[in-house]
Amino acid sequence: MTDLIMANAAHWLPIAFAALMGIAILAYVILDGYDLGVGILMADADDAERDRMIASIGPFWDANETWLVLAVGLLLVAFPLAHGMILGALYLPVLALLLGLIMRGVSFEFRAKTDGLHRVWWNRAFVAGSLLAALSQGYMLGVYILGLQTGWAAMAFGLLTGVCLTAAYGFIGAAWLVLKTDGALQAKAAARCRSLLWLAALGMVAISVVTPLVSDRIAAKWFDLPQFFLLAPIPLVAVGLFVAVWLALRHLPAADDRWCWVPFAGAIGIFTLGFHGLAYSFYPFVVPEKLTVWDAAAAPESLMVIFIGACVVLPVILGYTVFAYRVFRGKAGELRYD
Amino acid sequence: MDALILARLQFAANISFHILFPTVTIALGWVLLFFKLRFNATGDQKWMDAYFQWVKVFALTFALGVVSGITMSFQFGTNWPGFMKTVGNIAGPLLAYEVLTAFFMEATFIAVMLFGFRRVPNWLHTTATFLVAFGTTVSAFWIIALNSWMHTPVGFEMRDGVAHATDWLAIIFNPSMPYRLVHMLLASGLTAAFLVAGVSAWRWLKGDRAPAVLAALRTGVYAAAALIPLQILAGDMHGLNTLEHQPAKIAAMEGHWETGGHVPLLLFALPDEKARTNHFELGIPSGASLILRHDPAGVIQGLNDFDGKHPPVAPVFFSFRVMVGTGMAMLAVSWAGVWMLRRRGQPPIWLARALVGMSFSGWVATLAGWYVTEIGRQPWLVTGVLRAADAAGAVPASSIGLSLALYLALYAGLLVAYITVIFKLAGKAVKAGKQAALNGPALPQAAG
Ligand code: HDD
Ligand code: HEM
Ligand code: HEM
Repeated sequence: MTDLIMANAAHWLPIAFAALMGIAILAYVILDGYDLGVGILMADADDAERDRMIASIGPFWDANETWLVLAVGLLLVAFPLAHGMILGALYLPVLALLLGLIMRGVSFEFRAKTDGLHRVWWNRAFVAGSLLAALSQGYMLGVYILGLQTGWAAMAFGLLTGVCLTAAYGFIGAAWLVLKTDGALQAKAAARCRSLLWLAALGMVAISVVTPLVSDRIAAKWFDLPQFFLLAPIPLVAVGLFVAVWLALRHLPAADDRWCWVPFAGAIGIFTLGFHGLAYSFYPFVVPEKLTVWDAAAAPESLMVIFIGACVVLPVILGYTVFAYRVFRGKAGELRYD
Repeated sequence: MDALILARLQFAANISFHILFPTVTIALGWVLLFFKLRFNATGDQKWMDAYFQWVKVFALTFALGVVSGITMSFQFGTNWPGFMKTVGNIAGPLLAYEVLTAFFMEATFIAVMLFGFRRVPNWLHTTATFLVAFGTTVSAFWIIALNSWMHTPVGFEMRDGVAHATDWLAIIFNPSMPYRLVHMLLASGLTAAFLVAGVSAWRWLKGDRAPAVLAALRTGVYAAAALIPLQILAGDMHGLNTLEHQPAKIAAMEGHWETGGHVPLLLFALPDEKARTNHFELGIPSGASLILRHDPAGVIQGLNDFDGKHPPVAPVFFSFRVMVGTGMAMLAVSWAGVWMLRRRGQPPIWLARALVGMSFSGWVATLAGWYVTEIGRQPWLVTGVLRAADAAGAVPASSIGLSLALYLALYAGLLVAYITVIFKLAGKAVKAGKQAALNGPALPQAAG
């Protein structure tokens, strides 16, 4: 039995790791997506609103960002060749991402511990860092979709996806605020959420149109029969979710705060579907059109060691993540240490 | 400059910046747990005041550790693709276990520790504090296991130029790992102890006589006094271990050129690699032989025995002296501190000043120690397996130059902001304390 598992390990372990990495990236995009989004929305908020917005993400941002560490870590350890290739090709956007993440991570703490002009500047750094991180992630997504091409067309497409992902983060961030705040701030968040919904939808359409255009392989994967019919639910459900969220937002905030969770739940659904679409397009490649998961994988014995650990530890992580969200459930109030 | 040198400089800059913050948090987490447990046991408010004061510093330090750590995890692939290609099968699982077993736990429970005091029962808050401290220590365990393996690799075989693991226990508990881990954890303890003592002494000098200040100051001084002899002992054993596995590094640390006995312990010298000798030597006769071989006539291999394959001498030689010198200063100040505190119950002005001056001495010694060990490993990246030059990536020098410049500017700014804010926080507490003294009974401190 174990012999059989190990004999096939070279085949299924890379797939398992691609799946794990997918889960980590999706978790990152949703979780850090909303807190980056809140950071972006802080550009247009007064001091009291800022404090509450920050309080709504304060207990979560660090763990949210850890999903990025896991995703990059898995890429590094499971597909070392792809890690070097992808991050080498995206060296400058990665630099922008890191500078953005550094800026916002530290501003978060510094703004809470300073006052006056210093605080104003740390607030600005927080917004700028969130924006830079979101834009650079979107840009990398665009360039990655185009198979890490260089040149003006790729850059232009990267800029487009950059703007769209930023809008999508703003959208899920606003949806989070609808869930976690009340009063005037909640009403404002609902209004923002409504307008950003359109931009996010536009972004998804743009990506869905361009991806099959640039790759015959991907076009065939989607448009050949019978896949076409089997896959049709993905875009259809996504459209349905967009409409549902849009309708809900017209009535939010509602009396006794019913349905305040709908936009955020809808956003999670939309992100998940979009991500699945992309994952389906690219599989089995980790570097589009260049390296498959099997070409890029590390040795099976080493992958096995990590896989066993991940199977044991991930449920535990899930458990205490749920615990943390329960401890900090409800509307965000003031954040205090004592 | 070529891409290799820039990539190395960038890696060194990033890891040097990163290590500053974990060095503080690893031990500060345990210090906080100590404050919390003292409060639970005695119910004395001063321990909780100390906790809330230092938890802010912890939060700030932790955030800096996290963001600089994220940078590190991207650097591995971009700057050293050859590293993962050759030893990825060994480095990979160790790094993955660090993320899985430590990072998520720290990142989640720090929220409960920071903001949960009024939301969860007291025992759960204490447990969260414990888990954060434990998590940072587990982090250190994995990363030090990897780093030590790079110095003394065992438990693997090479197939087609790629390392494959054969014995994981041997890999994790490789020959230099126990020494390096103990030495690093003690370094962290000393760094946190001097930081706590230094900032508390600063408040003392500003006239802040709150009980929490003296409690924190005593905690720092006593911890330092207890840890420094252990650190010197651990450092000595670490050196003996290195003599066995990396004799060229020891020769560079001692500035010792010709193999022979009666090797002096050099207190100062200017090593000259061209002339292959030292200038202005000042040393204790037979001292190095005595320390390393426990025999004044003990023979130690000299640098000339390694036909050119030894690390650059001067940086290793001087870094080692900076580390040991700082350690001696720590010994003097902390023991004088214990003596004075026992005799008088409070620090005299000169002692408080000395402690303020030593606030960041832990950083100096830690960085110097890392430079000894890392530069002393050259030209190898993984001893005997992979040379640094063969691991560098193909990113153009201009890109690396740009990123290096940006990182350096950002890091310099952040370091200044960090130190300023720590003292600002202390200043605020001083003000609040004086206000409270005027108003009568102490008010609970607002979070800042
Ligand atoms: C507060 C920090 C601190 C202090 C006071 C000392 N060290 Fe240290 N030292 C470190 C912090 C450190 C470190 C940063 O933790 C290093 C770098 C890598 C490592 O494992 O520990 C280190 C490395 C290091 C090495 C190199 C190990 C190698 O070959 O890889 C030696 C031989 C010593 N130390 C010896 C000493 C001695 C004899 C000390 C006596 C005073 C001493 N250290 C004080
Ligand atoms: C934390 C404190 C550390 C400091 C201050 C430090 C410092 C340095 C320095 C100065 C170099 C450049 C040496 C040279 O090229 O001459 C270097 C190289 C390197 N170190 Fe460390 N190091 C630290 C820890 C680590 C750890 C924990 C790891 C591994 C997990 C590591 C892995 C490397 C690698 C991969 C290189 C690049 C190759 C090289 O140039 O030698 N270092 N480090
Ligand atoms: C090349 C080596 C290293 C890499 C790739 C690395 C990576 C990281 C990453 C990604 C984080 C953020 C984790 C989070 O999101 O919570 C982090 C934090 C941390 N690292 Fe490192 N690290 C390295 C070296 C070290 C060293 C040498 C130590 C200590 C001996 C260390 C100890 C820690 C600790 C304790 C934390 C928790 C955050 C903190 O306390 O500030 N790391 N590291």
